[in-house]
Amino acid sequence: MSTVRTIDAAAIRDAVEALCIEANTSLPADVKAALDRAQAAEPWPLAKQTLELLQQNLCVAAREELPICQDTGMACVFLELGQDVHIEGSLTDAVNEGVRRGYEKAYLRKSITADPLQRVNTGDNTPAFLTVHLAPGSGCRLTVAPKGAGSENMSRLAMLKPADGVQGVKDFVLETVRQAGANPCPPIVLGVGIGGSFDHCAALAKQALLRPLDQPNADPFYAALERELLEAINATGFGPQGFGGATTCLGVSIEQRPTHVACLPVAVNMSCHVTRRASREV
Amino acid sequence: MQYRLQTPLKRSDLAPLQAGDTVLLSGVVYTARDAAHARMMELLDAGRPLPFPIEGAAIYYVGPTPERPGCAIGAAGPTTSGRMDAYTPRLLDLGLACMIGKGKRNEAVKASVVKNGAVYLGAIGGAGALMARSVQSCEIIAWPDLGCEAVRRLVVQDFPLTVLLDPHGGDLYRSGPAAYLASRSTV
Repeated sequence: MSTVRTIDAAAIRDAVEALCIEANTSLPADVKAALDRAQAAEPWPLAKQTLELLQQNLCVAAREELPICQDTGMACVFLELGQDVHIEGSLTDAVNEGVRRGYEKAYLRKSITADPLQRVNTGDNTPAFLTVHLAPGSGCRLTVAPKGAGSENMSRLAMLKPADGVQGVKDFVLETVRQAGANPCPPIVLGVGIGGSFDHCAALAKQALLRPLDQPNADPFYAALERELLEAINATGFGPQGFGGATTCLGVSIEQRPTHVACLPVAVNMSCHVTRRASREV
Repeated sequence: MQYRLQTPLKRSDLAPLQAGDTVLLSGVVYTARDAAHARMMELLDAGRPLPFPIEGAAIYYVGPTPERPGCAIGAAGPTTSGRMDAYTPRLLDLGLACMIGKGKRNEAVKASVVKNGAVYLGAIGGAGALMARSVQSCEIIAWPDLGCEAVRRLVVQDFPLTVLLDPHGGDLYRSGPAAYLASRSTV
């Protein structure tokens, strides 16, 4: 029998606080590298100039301790929790308190309404959007991925017919990108969920955005589909900010799951050039 | 072309602008987004004045992050303008000269921009830290209860913008990608 590891909820609170701040002020290395490559390869002058402004923005944010983007987002918190861990205290309260402290301390924007229709701001960016995945062992890995609304609002889900197949998925992804235009602040990053149930498919799409852009899908079939979609999106010519150019998308990540014989769900979670995430082990 | 403009804006200042031109805007810019627009409509419906003079004004669709002590403003990039489409033609008819944001507008807004000789300018979406550098001062002038959505009076210097919709019907979201794609097909 394995022994149970005990983690004080305060340690989770402190990690969430630090991760909220880190994620909002510095871009993950893989996203920065993708931006650098795109800038070097961009042939269209206005697009190259626009990408240069995005790079300047990252420098100003780092130098002046400003958030990269004013939409410091919903605090999406992912916890990969070993099943041999016991958390002493309330996990939910700890995560929310971490968000509250991080957003206050670093002067981040509070963007959450308590009710979707009555629209009163909660004032502290809580509640967090917490997803827990159980894993074997006694690890505890936290990821905070603040998600802005400009791109989130352009996300879509479709229950395709199995007969629609790969082509149906490609068409839906491309249609989603075309409809979004400049709204999600291109160059965009796409998380695509394929399969599962209606609700799991959407969660897969969000999960896909956590995978570093330099890490293709482990299945060569889906890795090829990721490359093909990326190429097709960049062929639209929308370019950075939709002003025209070669750089419309920095990366496509697909996550796939088993599904029902009668189902082919596909979800596109749209993200922007400020695709933020920060992780640490507790 | 690059133009330097100063608020309040006159129609004659805006007439030469074409989609794709860049603008360095200086002067006073008012912030307003979803909730503030809804409240401005309520004021107009009640026959009451708006919180700022609309004639020749520039509205920036933004909800900045809180400012650190000693700073004028936090990060301050544009929000998606299309959410304000329902309110915009009414404000343009009242004299609003310039909107600053990002993303597509609907046909009613495009027609109203042309009819009123106004412009829609793009700030770089997701470049909140960079945009903040051009803001010299910021004060809340209406509805502080709206938090990041309160109406603010910004004084900006050389705010770097791109013309998205011009007074002649030009639309950079159409012409920009089309020009790029045409350049590829002739290679």
